[in-house]
Amino acid sequence: MSGSTLFERILDPANRANPYPLYAEMRKTPVARQEDGTYVVSTHAELARLISDPRISSDDLPDPRKFRWTGHPVTDLLVRPVRAEIRKRHRPFIFRDPPDHDRLRAQVMRCFTPERVRGMRDKTQRITDDLIGKMRGKGRIDLVDDFSYPLPVTVICELLGVPPEDEPRFHGWATQLATALEPNQRDDAETQARNEVCFNEIADYIRDLIKDKRKAPQEDILSDLATDRDGMNDYDLIATAVLLLVAGHETTVNLITNGMLTLLRFPGHLERLRAEPETAPRLIEELLRYEPPVHYRTRLALADIPVAGTTIPKDAPVILLLAAGSRDPLRFPDPDRFDPDRPDNRHLGFGGGLHYCVGAPLARIEAEVALVSLVRRLKGPSLVKDPPPYRPGASLRGPRHLPLALEGVADE
Amino acid sequence: MTARPERIVVVGASLAGLAAAHRLRERGFAGSLTLVGDEPHLPYDRPPLSKQVLRGLCTADTTLPRHPDLRAEFRLGRPATRLDPAARTVELGDGSRLPYDRLLIATGTRARPWPASEEAALAGVFTLRGRDDARRLGARLQAKPRRVVLVGGGFIGFEVASTCRDLRLPVTLLVRDAVPLAAALGPRLGGLVGEVAREKGVDLRLKTEIERMEAEGDRLAAVTLKDGERIETDCLVAAIGTLRNVEWLDGSGLEADAKGLRCDAFCRALLRDGSVAAGVFAAGDVARWPNPHDDDALVAVEHWGNARAQAETVADNMLAGDASAMRRHDHLPDFWSQQFGLTIKLVGLTEGADAFAVMHGSLEERRLVVAFGRDGRTIAAASIDSARWLPAYKAAIRERAPFPPIGDALDQTRIRVQDP
Repeated sequence: MSGSTLFERILDPANRANPYPLYAEMRKTPVARQEDGTYVVSTHAELARLISDPRISSDDLPDPRKFRWTGHPVTDLLVRPVRAEIRKRHRPFIFRDPPDHDRLRAQVMRCFTPERVRGMRDKTQRITDDLIGKMRGKGRIDLVDDFSYPLPVTVICELLGVPPEDEPRFHGWATQLATALEPNQRDDAETQARNEVCFNEIADYIRDLIKDKRKAPQEDILSDLATDRDGMNDYDLIATAVLLLVAGHETTVNLITNGMLTLLRFPGHLERLRAEPETAPRLIEELLRYEPPVHYRTRLALADIPVAGTTIPKDAPVILLLAAGSRDPLRFPDPDRFDPDRPDNRHLGFGGGLHYCVGAPLARIEAEVALVSLVRRLKGPSLVKDPPPYRPGASLRGPRHLPLALEGVADE
Repeated sequence: MTARPERIVVVGASLAGLAAAHRLRERGFAGSLTLVGDEPHLPYDRPPLSKQVLRGLCTADTTLPRHPDLRAEFRLGRPATRLDPAARTVELGDGSRLPYDRLLIATGTRARPWPASEEAALAGVFTLRGRDDARRLGARLQAKPRRVVLVGGGFIGFEVASTCRDLRLPVTLLVRDAVPLAAALGPRLGGLVGEVAREKGVDLRLKTEIERMEAEGDRLAAVTLKDGERIETDCLVAAIGTLRNVEWLDGSGLEADAKGLRCDAFCRALLRDGSVAAGVFAAGDVARWPNPHDDDALVAVEHWGNARAQAETVADNMLAGDASAMRRHDHLPDFWSQQFGLTIKLVGLTEGADAFAVMHGSLEERRLVVAFGRDGRTIAAASIDSARWLPAYKAAIRERAPFPPIGDALDQTRIRVQDP
């Protein structure tokens, strides 16, 4: 089996439900060159090392200035080139490098204060109780649509200050823009064109929202960012807001859904969490290792990088297969066993290095509140279909639906 | 030697001793485990002693966490006084004898005392090594001495100076060399830290030594420098290095001296004839081992990270049976220090460096990563307030990458190779 075919098989939606045997195969070559010149890194030691290597750039998106002509001179020669130039220069900070990355991230971190994040716990609990309350009287639910999706989305909109009535518009935008993380989709001309339209729509929306926030600032992150005197310019502000909204829509959903799926597959752990909710933090760390929401991230080599006996050449695309590293038997004994009591669980579920997930503390709170409440209140939940149907993404991986049969819902 | 050990004795109940004990239990060792310590305290952590503890931010009780299932017997407050490797027994100060199948020697170091013993005995003259030292010195600092005089241009001297400035105490720091911290960081970085110390109000004197101390009764009153200057002070800290605790090994036949207890690559202690002392291992500050990252040059590393890593190597090797199943100790020395608002990190050893380059940031910004080279190879890297890329440099040092090691990188301007 050549390396190339192997990563293509990982991308193949047919293998979405269980990519882990392919990852094990992948790890046999820690740094594997693909036919198209991409290098896939799949072992823990090499990932941990490259994630903190200054020769690895995150500025790897396709150039938005290369687009197909529409035939309208004003559009093709003026509007689109200007917009493309702006998009290129003001990318969200997960696609940027120091020093710009550091400045933008630091500004966001100033708003994402521990107090503010902790303050979301009660709100998360209220939204959770409300969503579970709506399951009353139903013998069957879809955990994704009825719970895992609306919970983090409501939370991130509240934190950022997006009015709840506008939230439904984000669903389509977020899903579309998340394709930027899938290397087999984002280079496709069709996807790029759709992303361009989508980004312009969401940017227009956020531009108006920023104006409102400046007129009447509120207790939310967007108000803080928009009124910070030493803050970012409007283009960076829009890109940052889009990033936080998309991240808030596309990741924690999978953490919660994967969590419930895993607990239903291992009922002993479900019972234990019900009886000992204080074990939730360790369980969630193990989930982030065992079934993480983000499976890989892409990078670009800025120079020749020798690693594990291979040299990744300058300009080569690099895929950091984080989820494979989190199952590396050289780092985690018995890696395919779900074991919340695992000592020294330094998984790669939130990435690492300077791009380590900004939303990690929030995701941990959301997952904890969600899973503890679900196992406590759902009576006799069982999987209707295992494996469930998956969303197409291989990077942001998770079930599209998780149909569950219920015997009832307990009171709060 | 190949038989499974039933009795393991650890002499030295500090970081290395405790780390070895934990690792032994983790690896399934079920026999008896005894830790011998000369201090009356359970194993405790030292890095906070010169910072948070002196500052008064936490008590001197920095006891390290112990696994509830450690099942170790602690013999505290009684130093080991004699080793008989033929009989495989350790004798303690109270005359009791401990037989062992495996022995770990992790007796570490102690502060080098001020050489003039009458001066060292004056009230107001301190050294800093253990938690009792930190408690006494901390109490003295809280009582606001008129001026603190620190002797020694190493990290302890600088960390204590930094703590004193946090407490708004006047500080004079006396350094014998022309540049402080040069042994570890090289003159350029050492000079930078010295500059920052001066800006933070430290009266830093280079190429200076004390001629004598003056007393009022049994209390320190002033010091006179070699150049004749007199400085009034009622509090002096001698941070002039360490001595290895090897005297108790006299007569044992082990090859131990002021440079440490000689070990092989598997951290097995060696006898004076070069053979392995059966069942005896060493770890931490006292162990002198062949460093594979420096062509097996013998080194004793007095850093927190090495103590832990070496203890784990030893624990694994104690249970390995014979040498063919042992692993060599290949920890890359690393180290950190916090002082004057700076976080300084170092990987590798800079000794013998003949080249230096700023890789990221700059000396002017005081935020930087630098690399050190010797004979065209990368041997060490250090960062000030900018540790994010250090793992890549660590890998470069392990691989003996050509110097300078990493080019065309993010956050990097033109690399200029200079003298260290």
